[in-house]
This record gives sequence, structure tokens and C-alpha cells, in this order.
Amino acid sequence: MNFQEKLLDSFIAFEQDVDLLNPVHSDRKEALKRFEKQGFPSKKDESWKYTSLKSITQKNYSLSSKKDESVELRDVKEYFLNDLDSFKIVFIDGVYSPFLSKTTHDGMDICVLSAALSKEKYNDTIKKYFNKIVPKDESLASLNTSYTKEGAYIYIPSGVCPEDPVQIMHISTGNQKSIWLQPRNLIIADKNAKVEIIERHQSLNEHSVVTNSLTEIYAEKNAFVDYYKIQNDLNTATLIDNTFISQQRDSNVSVHTFSFGGKLIRNNLNFYHKGENIQSTLKGITILESNQHVDHNTLVNHAQPNCESHQDYKGIFSERSVGVFNGKIIVDKIAQKTNAFQQNNNILIDNKSKVNTKPQLEIFADDVKCSHGCTVGQLDKEALFYLKTRGIPEKEAKALLTYAFANNILESVKTPNLKRRINSLIANKLGVNLGFDL
Amino acid sequence: MAYTEDELKKELETKEYEYGFYADIDSETFPVGLDEDIVKAISKKKNEPKWMTEWRLDAFSTWKSMKEPDWPNLKYEKPNFQDISYYSAPKKKPNLNSLDEVDPELIKTFNKLGISLEEQKKLSGVAMDVVVDSVSVATTFKDTLKEKGIIFCSISDAIQNHPDLVRKYLGTVVPKKDNYYAALNSAVFSDGSFCYIPKGIKCPMELSTYFRINQAGTGQFERTLVIADESSYVSYLEGCTAPSRDENQLHAAVVELIALDDAEIKYSTVQNWFPGDKNGKGGVFNFVTKRGICHDRSKISWTQVETGSAITWKYPSCILKGNNSIGEFYSIAVTNNFQQADTGTKMIHIGKNTKSTIISKGVSAGKSQNSYRGLVQISPLAKNARNFSQCDSLLMGNDCGAHTFPYIEVQNKTAQIEHEATTSKIGEDQIFYCNQRGIDTEKAIALIVNGFSKEVLNKLPMEFAVEAQKLLEISLEGSVG
Repeated sequence: MNFQEKLLDSFIAFEQDVDLLNPVHSDRKEALKRFEKQGFPSKKDESWKYTSLKSITQKNYSLSSKKDESVELRDVKEYFLNDLDSFKIVFIDGVYSPFLSKTTHDGMDICVLSAALSKEKYNDTIKKYFNKIVPKDESLASLNTSYTKEGAYIYIPSGVCPEDPVQIMHISTGNQKSIWLQPRNLIIADKNAKVEIIERHQSLNEHSVVTNSLTEIYAEKNAFVDYYKIQNDLNTATLIDNTFISQQRDSNVSVHTFSFGGKLIRNNLNFYHKGENIQSTLKGITILESNQHVDHNTLVNHAQPNCESHQDYKGIFSERSVGVFNGKIIVDKIAQKTNAFQQNNNILIDNKSKVNTKPQLEIFADDVKCSHGCTVGQLDKEALFYLKTRGIPEKEAKALLTYAFANNILESVKTPNLKRRINSLIANKLGVNLGFDL
Repeated sequence: MAYTEDELKKELETKEYEYGFYADIDSETFPVGLDEDIVKAISKKKNEPKWMTEWRLDAFSTWKSMKEPDWPNLKYEKPNFQDISYYSAPKKKPNLNSLDEVDPELIKTFNKLGISLEEQKKLSGVAMDVVVDSVSVATTFKDTLKEKGIIFCSISDAIQNHPDLVRKYLGTVVPKKDNYYAALNSAVFSDGSFCYIPKGIKCPMELSTYFRINQAGTGQFERTLVIADESSYVSYLEGCTAPSRDENQLHAAVVELIALDDAEIKYSTVQNWFPGDKNGKGGVFNFVTKRGICHDRSKISWTQVETGSAITWKYPSCILKGNNSIGEFYSIAVTNNFQQADTGTKMIHIGKNTKSTIISKGVSAGKSQNSYRGLVQISPLAKNARNFSQCDSLLMGNDCGAHTFPYIEVQNKTAQIEHEATTSKIGEDQIFYCNQRGIDTEKAIALIVNGFSKEVLNKLPMEFAVEAQKLLEISLEGSVG
């Protein structure tokens, strides 16, 4: 039995664990049917041209965890941003860990999806938002929907702006030899609300883990959402991260993706505009080595007039790593006065690594400003020489230039703590200590 | 009274295809449909050697197993390949020594097109291999070319008289199994041009071919092969016009360019097939495979002005195999009414120190869709490869679309790739500025579009630049800015 069949067959067992009367269950069943029909994407699909899941889906994975494993705070402490107050939602092998988490229901809901699904008072919200913007033709999204059970649930009511960010942490312990996780997050920022979220997937030791995560984000009128994804997992972990964002008028959503590690990472990041005067920001830094593969697949669908989107992805690749960028901007006919900008810059450090990039524009409105730029190159030899003449060793000089290359992405990271953490991650990655923060 | 936009729009809509006439020439046409017998019959008709017949049959058997591609950003009804006649040739085919012997109907046709042979011959110094439907009727300036050792003839003649050259190079750049339309062309191509420039020769004149689709329901399958031997230079022009017809006509040509060491080929196209009327009825389907291969230090430059055809599917490409070779692609694609174009280029960098430049300008008006699709590929061994791409789109009106699909695949760290694309419209302030200087709106648009496409127009040879500018104006005036 191959893994795809296993996924289909295990659904009956999965149904034992969930409330079959919940309206969400019909979404699950429909999604499973769609997945059965679509199967896993192959390289023949245009959006998967440069990324193959074959080696991953050919293996077998268990779909649930052994429950008795206990993870101590000291095991995972280093992966959190500790020196700041924050809410925490922590999952161990897909199971919520109340012990490590810090949630709230005080004036807002920062808790887990299973709770939101089971309690009556959330029914209306779930009905209004759950699975409303997930496209039907994406098989991995369908797969996630069919196994919807657990994940983060965040609801910020109108006018509320919590000072503390929310950290969502998915930890994989490795007590199963190989595991397939499917967290499902639902995040709603109501009118004039503001929220900042940091998400991280982390495995504690080298074992085969595949995470097919799906996050729905709804930004209501004038809401403000800041989302940071830190992808710095071990070289045995695979992450398929599907994020769908729906924005109402005057809202502002930005997503920063920092991809520093993992065997294969696929980011599907889709923005849908539902009102005017929206701002969307998509930024990312990718630094890869040793056979890693990162695929950024973005879509910004400008469906309303007077909106702005800004995309900026930087990539640095070495040691047989592969970077893929597939950015798509669609401007609908009525989306006049759209201002869409897309940029993708890449540096190849050695000849074994590869970059495939495909920035796409599809424009149906005439009064728009759309542009994209894309470069592939190397560090400026003369700049490197200049730094060396000033007594800076080659390694540090290269690191400095790389920093500079990626810096304008870091500039828009608002939490100083997070910025510092990412700085140290980059320094770590480049194997230098510059002794200062940029 | 000032010329208003509405008036302009009306005028444009009612503007019929200027070259839409139909010359009544007796043609010998094969029955419709395609099978092995037809392929054999075409080959026999052209008195081809056995290897050629087998080559065609091989292509045909591959074609049968292939599927029509559906990846382009185009929507159209797939042509029925059994509804097409695969061969048509003007019946009267005397051996001509002077223009007087040419079919008077034909002369009339050319006069209407404004490309009278005499004028061309005397004034512009262009040798013309005139192709009406599928057989070449007159070839001029042959003697001048002969002196230099240049071979410029129809491909059927070349198969008869220079089989070694044809056999050596035909299908080496575009293999007969390359893609659906290339395979179809390889099986049924009726005629086309062949050009060989010997070592060290700089071709003294611009070589040119005019194509016309003439017979109702006749698909045209041209095959062009240009070989520039070491250190030679040639500039090749190709221009197309087709009469107004209601049913869709299919055009699936293959062009192969071979630039040996230190050679340079400049290939320019003005394409103005019938684009369909303003309701999107009729028009030519243009599915063309064009590709060139560059050996050491050679250069291939594609320049195209695409204003016609209901459907355009065309990617003139360069394989930069030799070290220090250069590939260039300059394109203007204009779509109006219901036209759809999916065009661009491929630059495959294989050799060291290879360079490529891509400048693509798309102008869409009416309800048309205009796509740029390009590939820049740097293979692991292509050290110091350099590419610059620029794709700009200009949108006129709110019912059209402009799309960009650039693919960039880099596997060598020394590569330097730049790609940029912009989309814009003609600004009201730009028009206003022109208006207040006494330039009416129509002229202002022409002026702005000309400025927008100047980088490409400049690359065209003189003879074409004028024609291209005219075409741009016809295609665009009145489209609201």
C-alpha cells in the first residue's frame, strides 16, 4: 500500500477521534474526495515544475504520535524567543501541550482549533471563516483540510491590539521513526485589531518528519497582521506550508519568511484582496546549503482597486542547494490603480547549487503600476577586495556583504528581539561572529 | 474640429484588413486530410530523394503519437488537422527569366501589397525569393549571389541541388520530434527558403522572403534553413501578409539557423497575417518554431514585429553552444481586438562567456491577450554567462491583458542574470502634453508607442523599419490611452 492509499484508508480511523456532527466534518469529507481525485502534485503540474515530492511521498509515515512522550521545557527552550513576553501555543507531534503553552481567553481568544471546534460559542465564527478561502484545486490543501483536527486558533476582536506577540511552535520529538503532521491554523483579526505572530517548526532530533501545514488568515477592515515564519529545521525535516490570506479594505498584512534549514521547504503563500486600499507585504530571506531545497510559491490576487503589494525575496545558495521562486501577481480587470512590485535577488556561492525563478505577471487592468525584477549573480568582487584592503578577512568580508544583501528585508522586522534572533541565525549560518547587530 | 477618441475608435473598428484581398490564381491542391499517403505524395510531387521521404515519414509517425500542447496562455478551438489540404502550388510554373513572364494576377497581388518586384529589385537591392502559397515562383538576384558563392534558393531546389548540405543540417537545430508543430511541419513541409553563406563571405544584400497564404483552407508549412559558414555574415528578412478569410488558417513553420564559428546571422520578421475581424472571427493560427545554434564567437540576432495573426505561438530561440557566442532577441508584439499572442524566446547558455539580451515590448489593445514567455537557462558549464532581459507591456483600454512568464534557471555561480518587467499605460498627462503642443490624440498615441518600441524598431533593417512603423500605427491608432 502506498502512502497516498494509506492516507485515504486511515480516514476511517481518524473519524473515531473527531466529532462527526460538526459541520466542519462535511468539509473534511469533501476535501478527502478531492484529494483522492487529485493525488499528490507531480512535476508535470506547472506550479511544481521545479520541486518534486516523489522521494517524500514514496515513503511511509505514521499519521499520529505516541502520546506518552514528555518534553521538558529545557528541551525546547532555545527555540523560543524567551526574553520577551508572549503568548505561546505549543504542539508536540501535533498534540497540544498545555504545559508549555500560555494561552488566553481574556478579551481575545488565543487557543487551539480543537477547542474552537468543540465549543458552541465559537460556532458562528467557525462557520463564517473556516475553510472559506482555501482553493479547491490544491491537493495538499485538500489533504490538510480532510485531516483538520488541531492547530492554533487566534481571534482578536475588533479594536484589540495585544502588546505581546503570539508564538506558535510545532515540535516533532522523533519518538516515531517517521511522522506526517498536518496542523491547521485559523487566525482572525477583526476590525481595527492588530496581531503579531511568530511561527516555527522544529524537530528535536534527526528523524523523518513531513509537515503539511495550512494557515488561514482573515484580516478584517483596517486590521493589521504581522506574520513571521522561521524555518530553520534539521536536515531531515520537510515542510509544506500553505498560507491563505484574505484581506478586507484598509487592512495591512505582512508575511516574512526566513528559510535557513530543512530538507525541503515549500511555501505556498496566497493573498486574496476583498476590499480597497489594502497593503500586502511578502518578504523573505533564504540561506541554504547542503542539498537543501526551498520553493517559494506566491500569489497576490489584486481583485479590488487602489491596493498595493510589495514582494521582496533574497536568496543565497551554496553546496548543492536549490532555490525556487515562483511569484505570481494577478491584477483583475476592476483592480485599477493597483501598485504591485515584485523582486527576487539571488546569489549563487558555488556551481553545484541552482536557482530557478519564475516571476509572473498577469494583468487585466490598464491603469496599474506593476513591475518585477529578478537577478542572479555573485558577491561584488571589487567590494570584497575593498573590504580586504581594510584588513577584514575574506570570510568576514563575504559575510558582511551577504548581510548587506539581505538587510533591507530585516529592516522591516519590527520586534527588536526577533531581529536580533534572526541576525544571530544568519551569523551562525555564515559561520562568523561580526560582533554587532545590523 | 478636433479628432475625438470616439471617432478614432469607430474608425479603427471599421477599418478592414488593408491587405485583405484574394488573388485568383489557379492552384493545384491536394485533397484534404493527412495520412502516410499524403506525406508520400508530397515527397513524390517534389521529386525528393528517398532519405527525405523517410525523414518525413519518420516525423509523421512521431507526430501521430504526439499531443497538441495546451500549456500556452491561449484559448482557441484546436484546428482539425484532417480538414486541411497539405499541398497547394500555383499551377502555372514556367521557368522565368524576367518578371514579364510571371502570372499577371500574381504581379497584381504584389502591387497591391506595395512590394512590386521591379521596385524592390531596382531600388532596394533586395533579392527576393517570392513564395506564394507553397512554391517559390521567382528568385531574383541569383547571379549576384552566385558570384559570391552564396546559395539562396527554395528548399526543394536545395534538396535537389545541394542534398549534402541539407542532409547535414536539416533538423539539427529543431529536431523533427521537437514539438507537435515542428513534427507536423517536418512531415508535410511543402517549401521554404534555403540559404548558405560560404566561409568568410559577407552577404552584400539583405536576403528576403515574402510569404502569403492564399488558397482557401490551405495550411502553409514553410521550412527555412539558414547556414552561415565560418566568419560569414547574413541579414535575412521575412515578412508576411495574408488575405482576409473567414475560416482559421493554420501556419506551422520551422526556421533553423546555424551560425558556425565567428559567423553572424541577423534574422528579422515582420508578421502581419490576417488577425481576424473585430469580432474575433477568422484569422491565422501561427504556430512557429524558430531556433538558432551559435558556435564559437558567433552571433544570432532575432528581431520580430508581430502585429497579425489571431493566435501567435512563437519562441525564436538561441542555443549558445560555442564559447563567447552571443544571442539577441528584440520583439514588439501588438495585439488588438480578439488577438492572442504567447511569444518570447529561449536563451540556452552552454558555452563559456556567452551573452544574451532580450528586449520584449508588448502592446495590447481591444480585447486582446498578450503574453511574454521566456526561458533563460545557464547550464553548469556556462562560465561567466551574462543575460539581460527586459519585458515591458503597454495596456490600452480595460478589456485587454498583459502577461509575463519568465523562467530563469541558473546552475553556475559566475552567471549574471538580470530580468525586469514593467506594465504601464499611456498616461493622460502624456497625451495632454502632446495635445497642448498641437499634436492630436491619434498622433500622440502613435508617437508614444513609437517611443515605447524604439529600442526594437532601431534593430530592424531600413526596409522593414518603415513598414513596421506603419503597421504599428494601423494596429493601434484610436485605442484609448
